[in-house]
Amino acid sequence: MALSLDKYLRMSKLPHIWCPGCGHGIVTQAIVRAIDELGLDTDKTVVVSGIGCSARAPGYLHFDTLHTTHGRAIAFATGIKMAKPELNVIIITGDGDAAAIGGNHLIHAARRNLDLTVICFDNNIYGMTSGQYSPLTPQGSYATTSPYGMLEKPFDLCNLVMGAGGTFAARSTTYHARQLTNVIKEAISHKGFAFVDALSQCPTYFGRRNKLRTPLDMMNWFKDRSVPLRAWSKMSPEEQEGKFPVGVLTKTQAPELTEVYAQLVEKLQQRGED
Amino acid sequence: MTKKRARLLQGNEAVVEGAIAAGLTFFAGYPITPSTEIAELCAAKLPAIGGKFIQMEDEIASMAAVCGASLAGMKAMTATSGPGFSLKQENLGFAVKGELPCVVVNVQRVGPSTGMPTSASQGDVMQARWGSHGDHEMVALSPSSVQEAFTLAVESFNIAEEYRTPVILLMDEMIGHLREKVVLPEKEELVIRNREKPNMTPEQYKPFAMDHGEIAGVPPLAAYGDGFKFHVTGLTHGEDGFPTNNPAIAEKQLKRLNEKISSNKKALTRVEKFYMDDAEVVVFAYGGTARSARKAVKDARAQGIKAGMLRAITIWPFAEDALLEVKRNSPKAVIVPEMNLGQLVLPVKRVIGDSAPVIPINKIAGQLVEPEEILLAIKEAM
Ligand SMILES: Cc1ncc(C[n+]2csc(CCOP(=O)(O)OP(=O)(O)O)c2C)c(N)n1
Repeated sequence: MALSLDKYLRMSKLPHIWCPGCGHGIVTQAIVRAIDELGLDTDKTVVVSGIGCSARAPGYLHFDTLHTTHGRAIAFATGIKMAKPELNVIIITGDGDAAAIGGNHLIHAARRNLDLTVICFDNNIYGMTSGQYSPLTPQGSYATTSPYGMLEKPFDLCNLVMGAGGTFAARSTTYHARQLTNVIKEAISHKGFAFVDALSQCPTYFGRRNKLRTPLDMMNWFKDRSVPLRAWSKMSPEEQEGKFPVGVLTKTQAPELTEVYAQLVEKLQQRGED
Repeated sequence: MTKKRARLLQGNEAVVEGAIAAGLTFFAGYPITPSTEIAELCAAKLPAIGGKFIQMEDEIASMAAVCGASLAGMKAMTATSGPGFSLKQENLGFAVKGELPCVVVNVQRVGPSTGMPTSASQGDVMQARWGSHGDHEMVALSPSSVQEAFTLAVESFNIAEEYRTPVILLMDEMIGHLREKVVLPEKEELVIRNREKPNMTPEQYKPFAMDHGEIAGVPPLAAYGDGFKFHVTGLTHGEDGFPTNNPAIAEKQLKRLNEKISSNKKALTRVEKFYMDDAEVVVFAYGGTARSARKAVKDARAQGIKAGMLRAITIWPFAEDALLEVKRNSPKAVIVPEMNLGQLVLPVKRVIGDSAPVIPINKIAGQLVEPEEILLAIKEAM
């Protein structure tokens, strides 16, 4: 069955600006498929992004869309969601956008458990500005600002979100396109803050400098290092070295902020009527 | 009836009363002296009327949340002071570019940097105008009394909504923390304006149209969730809201963005003229400092000296026309008292030129400009 996703796209805004071989289109497609499979009301779905290559995705998507400032997408989205809790609010961010300049907003949104879905197009590099290291660049990797190899240790964004009290965190990659769609579906359905670390290849600015010249090299790199969750839990720390788990890493229930807020409003208004 | 509505309020409290009267439904902020009471009062009042309050993780996030709420159709506000106002600048520019109605209160304190947190200042007059990068217009209003803190809060929202632009309510600590009697008007006495909504189909809607809208250059604004499926970006965009690198389109849009304010300067600029009809010496003052100027002018008149005050209520747009009138009357001097190193002296000189000496009186360490100092300057000028 040929499934047409055209109605979710602004066809007149295509072709996109991404480089040949970029993984961002695959992640965007996974989001659109997830929205389609969930049957979200397109009038009630807002897509918000920060700045970067990833941040251009909302421009191609036929919803209310907001392309904000670098790192601040979650904060803009917080205003939208608080104002109109009935909207589905999806945030598209990059690894630099989410973890460097926007790191503070990420952890606070996780802590608040506001019902937002954040999808990080994680290419572990600054794509838009042509290849500087990000807080997700693996140690030892080359970037224009780590010409001798990255000295710093990268973040594990899922762990960061979980540490901040996030109630949903998942990871997948463009190699696992089907799984990626499924975890995004689960993230959107989750009542509360949901974070998806979506590994996406940047052969142009990361691969070329790191002996992963082609998109295929990069996707194989994802495949070789990723471990399904069940297997991951049985591995020793030595075996886990250099690898990462994929799948839904945490999913718990906790009071969601707009619901808690609505209860407060109701309580105060009843008191006012007494 | 009005008797019942007379209250003893602090300037910051009056701002919240005014904002709520204007239809405030969303506040996001981060505490900072001397603006904090505004956040505290919003936290107490908004949930009770079904509005939204959130304390964000910083001022950058507060300004962002305000932009988001505005796009969701809310009347949104944030409040801050010097350091926080600096942090808001990038997203304030976003509100300018995205044409998002909202109000930013800045209760000025002494800077630069952390400065003197509890001391009054007017040191952000130029930051209000040019704090965000790139060519842009800005509207900033400065109250001189607690009553006016109320009315200008209402006015700020009205201008923001009417012109689809952020408005800065540029207070100073003196007015923010001053307590005096305020008469809260009845709802019917207030003029409340709301943004124009599109009356076309989503397919026809252009959120940045050149020629739609009741006010020239101000396109109607849909709300997220209303089915218009529109795009907003800080990138320079065409009428449809999508980024463009076409210089002709970019120039047209940027001109519209600036001209919707600059070509309506007359409608936007507000001044008060106090004993100005026959004034031989003019005091140009604003905000808390205008209180001392008023006293000085009264005292001068009591001594038979023809002094007057031109009070800028809008700091931006600048009171150019009123100053041109002053220039035509060839006064003996224009005295400009400010709690800064003379930020408005050059703008005043630009209009007054050589027609009269422009005499600054400046205080920069939290002391007020005393009426006696202004009176002395008036006498010296005569
Ligand atoms: C305040 C600010 N600082 C810096 C920039 C420049 N800048 C634009 S995109 C970007 C990095 C984006 O990287 P990432 O978030 O990883 O997204 P990608 O482009 O790789 O998808 C930077 C530093 C900016 N636009 N704004």
